[in-house]
Amino acid sequence: MDFSFIMITVAALAATGLVAAVILYFVSQKFKVFEDPRIGEVEAVLPGANCGGCGFPGCHGMACALVKADDLSSLSCPVGGQDVMQKVATILGKEAVAAAPKVAVVRCNGTCEARPKTVEYDGAKSCAILAANFGGETNCSFGCLGCGDCVSACQFGAIKMNQETGLPEVDEEKCVACGACVKACPKSIIELRNKGPKSRRLFVSCVNKDKGAAAMKACKNACIGCGKCAKECQFDAIKVENNVAYIDFMKCRLCRKCAAACPTHAIHELNFPPRPAVKPEAKTPEAQAQAQEQAAKAQ
Amino acid sequence: MLKTFKIGGIHPNDMKLSAGSSIRELAVPAEVKIPVSQHIGAPAQAVVAVGDTVKVGQLIAQSTGFVSANIHSSVSGKVKKIEEFVDANGYKKMGIIIATEGDEWMEGIDRTNSIRREITMEPADIIKRIQEMGIVGMGGATFPAHVKLSVPPGKKCEALIINAVECEPYLTSDHRLMLEHGEEVLIGVKILMRALGVNKAYVGIENNKPDAIDNLKRLATSFEGIEIVPLKLRYPQGGEKQLIDAITGRQVPSGKLPIDVGAVVQNVGTVFAIYEAVQKNKPLIERIVCVTGKPLREPSNFMVRIGTPVTALIDAAGGMPEDCGKVIGGGPMMGRPFTRLDVPVVKGTSGITLMNVEDSKRREASNCIRCAKCVNVCPMGLEPYLMATLAKLGRYDDLREAHVMDCIECGCCIFTCPSNRPILDYVRAGKAKVGAQLRAEAAARKAAADAAKAKEAEGK
Repeated sequence: MDFSFIMITVAALAATGLVAAVILYFVSQKFKVFEDPRIGEVEAVLPGANCGGCGFPGCHGMACALVKADDLSSLSCPVGGQDVMQKVATILGKEAVAAAPKVAVVRCNGTCEARPKTVEYDGAKSCAILAANFGGETNCSFGCLGCGDCVSACQFGAIKMNQETGLPEVDEEKCVACGACVKACPKSIIELRNKGPKSRRLFVSCVNKDKGAAAMKACKNACIGCGKCAKECQFDAIKVENNVAYIDFMKCRLCRKCAAACPTHAIHELNFPPRPAVKPEAKTPEAQAQAQEQAAKAQ
Repeated sequence: MLKTFKIGGIHPNDMKLSAGSSIRELAVPAEVKIPVSQHIGAPAQAVVAVGDTVKVGQLIAQSTGFVSANIHSSVSGKVKKIEEFVDANGYKKMGIIIATEGDEWMEGIDRTNSIRREITMEPADIIKRIQEMGIVGMGGATFPAHVKLSVPPGKKCEALIINAVECEPYLTSDHRLMLEHGEEVLIGVKILMRALGVNKAYVGIENNKPDAIDNLKRLATSFEGIEIVPLKLRYPQGGEKQLIDAITGRQVPSGKLPIDVGAVVQNVGTVFAIYEAVQKNKPLIERIVCVTGKPLREPSNFMVRIGTPVTALIDAAGGMPEDCGKVIGGGPMMGRPFTRLDVPVVKGTSGITLMNVEDSKRREASNCIRCAKCVNVCPMGLEPYLMATLAKLGRYDDLREAHVMDCIECGCCIFTCPSNRPILDYVRAGKAKVGAQLRAEAAARKAAADAAKAKEAEGK
């Protein structure tokens, strides 16, 4: 083997490498794209779930928006919550604004018992397809269809179907309020509401817009739009529109008077301590008398 | 060799149980519910008020656009309510409820059985009359008839094709119509030929109706330019594009209309309604409905006023049988099940099919085995298994590339699938989504164009 043969090969390779390096250098200078290094830093802090709950296509999109934004009040990462937003604010040298944590609530209480089936659907198991074909298996064309589109939309395993009631249930420990289930539900039953102090929440668990009699006939637990709750509310938090009541969580002070007044128990109270006097499920004459007594004392 | 279409297709058992039962007139119901939207397009606007007295054939709802249709009262009596009531799908629809009193008809409507053969109207007047009388496609699609007949400028209609295929299993209303009102149908065809200015019309009939073919062939000898075309039995031959292919050999390109290949297709039931509208001045207030099904005691064909409750028809056909699992509006292939039976017969109700419990259950779905049977039978040459998967995954851009908008929802894929997969359910959902996207894009484009125009006008 000739030694010079090896030398020539090495020299040729080195020369090729050098030329390529020079070309690459100039090309990289010419087509340089400046990216704010803070975007990378912010993205590293974000949870990386790419759930889209913030309204951007993924965590990178959110990071870009955060870096660009003048103040962070309009942006929030539902998954990371306040901790992550605080970290982001530190990186960017901006102020983090405390956002009230939210959670998904299912506004339908049409359990299998309360809402009898009138027809049976045996097509593809998808709420979207069912809703496109007809109003649902019961006489309520507004309520939960029970095929679980919300369950499959949730990336965090926070929604489970309760087999007994046929309704989805939200695990508030796991729910990050990304809103994927809200978008997935063709009946717009799921809503993001403020988590509330000690996770206490009050909401009308029905979206049936039928007139009272029709709603009642379709489902025992339906809101019949009677307006008793609105009369009871001292804070003007309840509006009855299209035969259905809605509690504005920004105005609600969680006094629970509306829930006690509701004749169909359509108003749900979550995580409250049990009522000693007036139990929502048992409205006996005694209980009513006690309630009146209490009211008299309060006055 | 009988003619048929080229791609795909299936051959379900045709089960024409009610073919031998002649058309019976059903008693006028005590109350009719008439929806203001019985057609494709904008809903009509009610022009009567609660408490008004109406006569049979009186206009009660006015069409609100070009693609819309007038609605006439099918009974005489008092308008009881104008409100939303639940339709066959369980959703609320606006409608007019009329309580019947007597049977008083509007003046000028010829109710005799005599056949008026002479066609005196001018083409433009014919189309106008069809529009006034609220005629829509009676095969089930309910597309306003005058829209199809108004050939856009720059396009030419070369042949009129009459859809008398009735490829849907069980249904026999068109079959009975051709047997009992054959001559009226052919006069109707002549009227349409005059309206369109064509001198050739084809009537396509599947060869499972030999008596109808014979009857029309015999009658057609005295009508110039009308050819009766017997077709090989194959579903979905009654699809507009399939029928054009079967009769003329031309294929309508993707995204185009029949008029782009020089054809206008009308259903035979529509033709009869047009005959009555033009020659007898009668609006579309009644139709032939076939009530059929294996569990039913007397599968029959009825002439029914629009707005009659479905229960009345089932009662007249022997009553609701014990062994009934499903009641379908239309036939078993393309019909939609009723979620409740207190709903009215509408312009598009071509039949009511009762299925027994065993037949109405879907079999359990298993995995796709990539056998491509659905691809073989798809009459539009699509890939149903792929479209179903794309729709399930929400990949709507890819779905659009797969030509989902060409799907005619005939159900051949789901019929033939050995794994019983609900292919069409997914495809239909995906098609709805893509359709909505396309409409939104078109609206955005139009808005942009309008804005540009306005800007230009401002500049001037």
